[in-house]
Amino acid sequence: MSFETAGYQLAPVLPEIVLAVGAMALLMLGAYRGQGTTGAVTSLAVVLLVVVGVLEYMLPAGKQVTFGGSFIVDDFARFMKILALIGSAVTLVLSTEFLSDPSRRIFEYAILVLLSTLGMMVLISAGDLISLYLGLELMSLALYVVAASNRDNAKSTEAGLKYFVLGALSSGMLLYGASLIYGFTGTVSFTGIAAAATISNVGLVFGLVFLLVGLCFKVSAVPFHMWTPDVYEGAPTPVTAFFASAPKVAALAVFTRVTLTAFPGIVSQWQQILVFVAIASMALGSFAAIGQSNIKRLMAYSSIGHMGFALVGLASGTVEGAQGVLMYIVIYVAMTLGSFSIILAMRRNGQAVEQISDFAGLSRTNPLLAFMFAMLLFSLAGIPPLAGFFAKWYVFVAAIKANLFTLAVVGVLTSVVGAYYYLAIVKTMYFDEPAGQVDPVRVEVKTVLAVFGLFNILFALFAGPVVSVASAAAKSLF
Amino acid sequence: MTTWPILSVTTFLPLVGALIVYLSRGDDEAAKRNSRWIALWTTLITFAVSVILVMRFDPANPDFQFVEKANWLATGITYHMGVDGISLPLVILTTAVMPFCIFASWKAITNRVREYMMAFLILETLMVGTFSALDLVLFYLFFEGGLIPMFLIIGVWGGPRRVYASFKFFLYTLLGSVLMLLAIMALYWNGGTTDIPTLMHTAVPRSLQTWAWLAFFASFAVKMPMWPVHTWLPDAHVEAPTAGSVVLAAILLKMGGYGFLRFSLPMFPLASHDFAPLIFTLSAIAIIYTSLVALMQEDMKKLIAYSSVAHMGFVTMGIFAGTMQGVAGGMFQMISHGIVSGALFLCVGVVYDRLHTREIAAYGGLVNRMPLYALTFMVFTMANVGLPGTSGFVGEFMTLLGTFKVSIPTAFFATFGVILSAGYALWLYRKVVFGALVKPSLASMKDLTFRECLTLFPMIALTILFGVYPKPVLDMSAASVQQLVNNYNTAVTAVKAAALLQ
Repeated sequence: MSFETAGYQLAPVLPEIVLAVGAMALLMLGAYRGQGTTGAVTSLAVVLLVVVGVLEYMLPAGKQVTFGGSFIVDDFARFMKILALIGSAVTLVLSTEFLSDPSRRIFEYAILVLLSTLGMMVLISAGDLISLYLGLELMSLALYVVAASNRDNAKSTEAGLKYFVLGALSSGMLLYGASLIYGFTGTVSFTGIAAAATISNVGLVFGLVFLLVGLCFKVSAVPFHMWTPDVYEGAPTPVTAFFASAPKVAALAVFTRVTLTAFPGIVSQWQQILVFVAIASMALGSFAAIGQSNIKRLMAYSSIGHMGFALVGLASGTVEGAQGVLMYIVIYVAMTLGSFSIILAMRRNGQAVEQISDFAGLSRTNPLLAFMFAMLLFSLAGIPPLAGFFAKWYVFVAAIKANLFTLAVVGVLTSVVGAYYYLAIVKTMYFDEPAGQVDPVRVEVKTVLAVFGLFNILFALFAGPVVSVASAAAKSLF
Repeated sequence: MTTWPILSVTTFLPLVGALIVYLSRGDDEAAKRNSRWIALWTTLITFAVSVILVMRFDPANPDFQFVEKANWLATGITYHMGVDGISLPLVILTTAVMPFCIFASWKAITNRVREYMMAFLILETLMVGTFSALDLVLFYLFFEGGLIPMFLIIGVWGGPRRVYASFKFFLYTLLGSVLMLLAIMALYWNGGTTDIPTLMHTAVPRSLQTWAWLAFFASFAVKMPMWPVHTWLPDAHVEAPTAGSVVLAAILLKMGGYGFLRFSLPMFPLASHDFAPLIFTLSAIAIIYTSLVALMQEDMKKLIAYSSVAHMGFVTMGIFAGTMQGVAGGMFQMISHGIVSGALFLCVGVVYDRLHTREIAAYGGLVNRMPLYALTFMVFTMANVGLPGTSGFVGEFMTLLGTFKVSIPTAFFATFGVILSAGYALWLYRKVVFGALVKPSLASMKDLTFRECLTLFPMIALTILFGVYPKPVLDMSAASVQQLVNNYNTAVTAVKAAALLQ
């Protein structure tokens, strides 16, 4: 029996293979040539990610399954993978400044980002619980190390350690849930579980709950969000940007795939969990952010809230809901990368500044930066005609269709509370007296900001095609 | 008939102007002058284009005209623009008021002129878009988008409590609007589209009507504003720069009334009928209560702000009376109030620019030094009171007439508002303009400059013209209003007849 005939084709995993081999080649390069190659390795890593993205895009259309059903490439996977690759590549670009410091010339940084991205791609394509766990761990283990990459900084190491301990705990729970599900359905493949899980029994629901706990931890949804503010604040800013973008894409993708393809028979069971988690995340994300004075911590609470909004779409359990999640995550990634490029641009006398009060009067010292950030903040608050509005539109429209009125009403009300703290930053930038000049912005940060800032402002013009692609991707799950 | 998208041009021309202002860099006097002139010319050209709309408009046709449709988002959400007799007057009001706003800010705004002009031009695009959008999502886009420039206008160029006022304005309005957004989604699933003309002819189940009406009401009542959700308005007015107050009073408040006319009545006729007593009660309370509150004010802008709430009470009362006179009167009252309250805020701006205070007690006897100003202020005070011969009278009279046919108690109580408005408006006028000029700070006050005359005199002309000859405005909206009232009454009678049969 040849390898191909038994459903073990290698073509669908070509991008992953290229990424893995490329990452190892770069590792060799760095290991043999020393830390002097940091710049080259990082640049090559970006090129590699772009190549992988192109390969992913060029894979034949339609759904392909390989490795006996444990690896799925469909429109949904392609969409999410390309998004995660964009997130990783942009983060590496934004890290140039961080890595240029002589004390931090660590070529492993780019390798770890590549390996983590590989984990994300496996996670997104996972067709059974084994490959899910494999991808999740590969992604997470690399992330733990990246979080602590500023080795001499106590906060950074604390962030890495905290993330590792809590992450390990959540992985354990996820594994426990997976074993229960296997025990009660007799299979690990999502299609098999879907066939077996038509009626809810207690053991299966137990397993489902533990599985969802593990996934909620990864998307940092309440009540498993505790690590987020500390890790976001402690990790170096480019790493925070990374945490807030690509891993969230992967985690949300697998969250969507597991709930919609493995448990479509017991929607009512996981729907109530998701409704609770979504409401709790949106509420905590809005209220807890109000008191923050550190911009990175604020972004952490903001991302908790945004994950809550994305889960609103998922909670509806329909095609529209999946489409809402896809729209939300695209726009969320764009807004997040744009916002973090501004946080990275905020430097005075060569030092990064992270307090919200440091943004005071930015509209007069650097009007363009302030304008872009203000637009991103209004967008994060969901004010039209900016991109963030469309994100919220598609998740809430799904919730309304699924008759989840309470969820929708609570959701929009918390978005008003959330608007308050975004406005507070706009106020600091526009209404307050300047706190001093900011350093000239580096060109790569400027480029990233221009791309995502314009994406955000002009989204209404090209929303149509994005909606169509997201709609096709969502349909491929059903 | 039209070969070019005239409505889109009217809408987006100010945005182009804002881009040009942005490109004219620099911080020196020349740059500031440039931005002022570019902004003025943009608003004037926009007004000229909108005049073409009026000339080509067919008042006999009750349907939407100048319709433009293009694909936008997939699945039933399109870029759909068009105006009818209800929206066109408001579009013209917007384009006509904007040049005055720019003109009024000529000397008053000296810092960050470029940003100021850009904010106003972007705001104009969003306001015109609100009135001409024929798709609910597009409408919401323009409607909510207006919050951003207005927030910045109040917050950056406002008075001492500008931060508080701008936050209150933004969050208050947003809170109302997000509920409307959910109702829009519900309508979308009910009708499969967000196309407004289609939805006007789509049956909405009774229970959805009730909830959707309440959700739309939450948004428009705040925007209008109606008692008891009017409290953001006095703060916003007081802190906003003069031109900001003018835009707020003349145009932004009209979005609430426009929303009731465009959505509540045609899409939810039964719910509108059911809730009409609620609206009547709130309107009557608004008219009497805010007029009494206005009597107690020490700040000129605050007094006019409260009087605005009272006048908007007439509008809501007339609209929900559902009679031809009531709706047409409400429509006319909106246009008239747009001119009169805008002009009153400009009048306050005139003395504020000279003395930098809006306290009524700081003034007195201005007639001795500023006869032209006294005359101008008098015309608008009288129009605010609703003196026959000014445009204020026509609107109030028609809404009262229309309401009288439906609810006599409401009309009875609302009429007190006419008396009370005479009370506060004349009191304000006497305190500020009459009496002996004793305060030393007023001794050097100069009368209206040429620029100020140029801003205020056209408004006097319009106030008096529409007061004695309201026909142009009424004719423009007559056919559309007639159709609206007919559809509304048909729907309500049908349900009543069905109820009788059972």
